[in-house]
Order: sequence, then C-alpha cells, then structure tokens
Amino acid sequence: MSALDNTLYLRRRIINTVNLGISMVAVVFALFFLSWILWTLFSNGFSHLGASVFTQMTPPPGSKGGLANAIVGSLYMVIAATLVGTPVGILAGTYLAEFGRGTWLAPATRFINDILLSAPSIVIGLFVYELVVHRVGHFSGWAGALALSLIVLPVVVRTTENMLQLVPNTLREAAAALGAPQWKIVIMVTYRAARAGMLTGILLAVARISGETAPLLFTALNNQFWSNDLNGPMASLAVIIFQFAMSPYEDWHHLAWAGALLITLFVLGLNILARSLFHQGEKQ
Amino acid sequence: MADTDKITVKNLNFHYGKFHALKNINLSIPDKQVTAFIGPSGCGKSTLLRTFNRMYQLYPKQVAQGEIILDGQNVLDPKQDLNLLRAKVGMVFQKPTPFPMSIYDNIVFGLKLYENLNKSDLNDRVEWALKKAALWNEVKDKLDQSGTSLSGGQQQRLCIARGVAVKPEVLLLDEPCSALDPISTARIEELIHELRSDYTIVIVTHNMQQAARVSDYTAYMYLGELIEFGDTDLMFTKPTRRETEDYITGKFG
Repeated sequence: MSALDNTLYLRRRIINTVNLGISMVAVVFALFFLSWILWTLFSNGFSHLGASVFTQMTPPPGSKGGLANAIVGSLYMVIAATLVGTPVGILAGTYLAEFGRGTWLAPATRFINDILLSAPSIVIGLFVYELVVHRVGHFSGWAGALALSLIVLPVVVRTTENMLQLVPNTLREAAAALGAPQWKIVIMVTYRAARAGMLTGILLAVARISGETAPLLFTALNNQFWSNDLNGPMASLAVIIFQFAMSPYEDWHHLAWAGALLITLFVLGLNILARSLFHQGEKQ
Repeated sequence: MADTDKITVKNLNFHYGKFHALKNINLSIPDKQVTAFIGPSGCGKSTLLRTFNRMYQLYPKQVAQGEIILDGQNVLDPKQDLNLLRAKVGMVFQKPTPFPMSIYDNIVFGLKLYENLNKSDLNDRVEWALKKAALWNEVKDKLDQSGTSLSGGQQQRLCIARGVAVKPEVLLLDEPCSALDPISTARIEELIHELRSDYTIVIVTHNMQQAARVSDYTAYMYLGELIEFGDTDLMFTKPTRRETEDYITGKFG
C-alpha cells in the first residue's frame, strides 16, 4: 500500500468532481431554457386552444376564428412532401449503403447530400420559387410540398444510409450464402433489420418540416379560407403563426400562440413515437 | 484416399488488397466426407473456405487467382453464376446469423429462392430441416416466434437448418462452435456426424480436438500455405511434417 501515490489519485478525484460539476451546470442551463420555452407556450397558448381552433377558419382582424384551414393546409403539404421525399430518400440511402460501395458516385452523392442537409431552408424556398412559382405564375400548395420534400430528402437519405450500415455484414453474407440475389437480400433481410431506425428517421424528418416557415413563404404563401386545392395558395400553421404574431391584433396573437403550441405538441408526439419505435426495434 | 473428389483446388492465390493471404494452394476435398482446416489465427483457413462459394466477392478489394473445380466446373470462372453456386454450396458462420424474421420464415427464405413448393411441402421441408439440425423438438410449438429470440446454440442450429433446408451438396462451416458452450458444441458435432452421409462438409476450426473428433481429413495451414493434408487419424498420430507435429503437440512457436 505504501507504494501507492495517493496525491495522483486525489488529483484524479478532484478533476472528476470539477468536470462533473461543469457538465451538471450545462445540463441545468439547457433544461432551464427548454422548460422556459415550453412554459411560455403552454401559459400563452393553452387557454386559447379551444374547439373553435379546429373548426373555424382564420379570421379577419378583430373577429373570432380558428386555425382549421391552416391545420389542414399544413397536413396536406407535410403528407405530400413526405410521400415524395421518403421513397426517393430511402432508395438513394439504399444505394449509398448497399450498392454504391467502391464507386466514385457514392461518395460524391453523400457529399452533395450533406450540403443539401445543411442548406438553409430559405434557400430551398427561393429555389422552388424560381423553379415553380415563377414559371407557373402563381403560388401553390404543390410548390410548398416540393420545397418541404427537398428538406425531407437529405434527412431520410442520411438516416437510411446510417441505419443500413449498422446492419452487420455477417447478416448480408448469411443471406448471400443461400444464393439470394442482392435486391432480395436488401428487401428481405437488411430492411427488416434496420426497419425501426429507418422509420425513426422518417418521423424525425416529418417533425422537422412541420415547423418550417421559410420555404412555405415563397411557395404556398397563405390563404385566409379553406382550400383543398393544392394547385392554389395554401395556408399553413407555420406561416399563419408568422403572420399573426407580427400583427398588432390581440385576437391574432392568441391564435398564433395556440398554433405554436399545436405544432410543438405534434413534434413532441412524433419524437416520442420515434423514440419508442426505435427502442422496440433494439429490443428485438 | 476417398473414392471421388468433390472440390479440387489448383494453384490458388488470394489477395486482400496488397496482402498475399493464400499462397499457391493445391488441395482435393473428398466427396461426402468431413474435411477440417486447422491452423493458428490468420493462417488463411477461413479465407480458403470463403473462396469455395466466392463469398469474398462481396468485398471489392479481395481477389482470388487459380482454379477451384467443383463437379468439373471452375468456380472462379467469371461466367460462373454466383447465386446458383451459393445455392449448391451452403455456409454457416462463426456467429449465429438468424434473419430478423420468424423461425419458420428463416428457413423458408432460402427455399423460396430456388424451389416452387406449395404450403404443405414447405411445412414438410421446414420440419425435415429442423429435425436434421436437432432443433425441431425445441421450436416446433413456436415456429412463428422471431429467430433472434432463441439462445445462441439454438440460433446456430437454426442457421444450420437453414443451410441444410435448400439441400446443398457442399456445406461450409466457418468455426461454427466458437461462440457456443460445450453442450451446444457437442450437439453440433453430433449433427456433423449425421450430415456427412449426405453432404460434403468442410469445417474451419481452431480447436484441434474438434478437428480430430469430427473430421475424416485434415488440412494444416500456416501463414497462407498448406503445410500438410491427409487422413485425420494419421495426421494426429503420425504427421509427416515437423511443423504439423509442433502445432498438434502444442510445441508451436
């Protein structure tokens, strides 16, 4: 025992305690602002979140109304964007993880995808404005959905590739050893093994676009009325919040808070769903 | 030696990128017998095994040169259809690799690739394969459960059943017992004994006692070269090469 240098051990203990303290402070700092945001949202939004929010249209200034057209517009565009972005993203991610090994195209695609992943969403909005809105001559829900799908795409590509790479090679070898062609190995074995993770990625992408405002400002614009027509301008929660919150009218402020709370609850729900799905997948 | 040879390896060389892993291997593997590859880690025994079904080809930088004649055809010929080859040469790996699906579907996966069987034929074949792998009694009431829910030993027997179910002619076993406990190991060795009447079996093992117990022929490899190949009993009692004797008696090094 006498050979042990206790000062070394003591120093390590002190460094450990200091580091632990710093990281605890950091956690408290982050959680403080997160809970502050949530508390502000709830206290301002909850009292205005009545049934009329879901049944009535966005009102003109000074009168009562709801967010029904914005909720439905958001749902339409998010669903359309997911339906477009997800299959393309899954196929591209599959190419990167399964078929593109050893080619020059895969690293190039991965690099470009990473750029797209970090591209500011307002740039994507401007791009779609120039590409679609400008040429067609009017704002439309389709243009909004396209802009959102361009945000979904790189997220799904990335998560699909990462999740497929987590599947051990031994599993692919085992399927190949039975004489299965590669496309069958991918669909029957690797997709199944990576299913939970891939689904999580899609849900997180949906969560990401449901709060996007910038790409919709230039593409879907807004609409005061109920609209099922993706070919015309369309309201969305995010844009309505932006418009109402900037306005001087008290009623609009209330609705903006209610909308913000709605989006937050939706995203929170998606995240919880994604997490529980992923955990279930890991348990298997 | 045996009456006929199933696989004949001629002047086989193998490279992992720049690393020369197999050096001029010549070897004949007899039909319907068990052949074991032994040798220290990194000697190339698994590499040699993986050339028989060209498993190495999943990886771009691995190259084999030479000839491997299986039933008169060169396996390494680029014209050889890989999937047909692998349907004929089954493989079981070191770690159990059940697919993420039910026990039943694990076995049916391979069957549906090359055979058009109706429901009852499929059921019969699943039962047959699971009985062959000595797993039927343990899983017959839970065929719809996930294959990954089984224990390690059961998973490995499931993988053997999966390999046997498609009725290959050759079965390659790559250290099939190294992740298993002694009881599961004994089960699988019994199984190898039973299977050898129908299949040509090649097993890689780093356990010399296992090679002595299960194989008819043994190949000793060292640093990418085939040092000695012959009848297992002779090899373990009277090896002709000094290196083999040193390895078998534990004087190696």
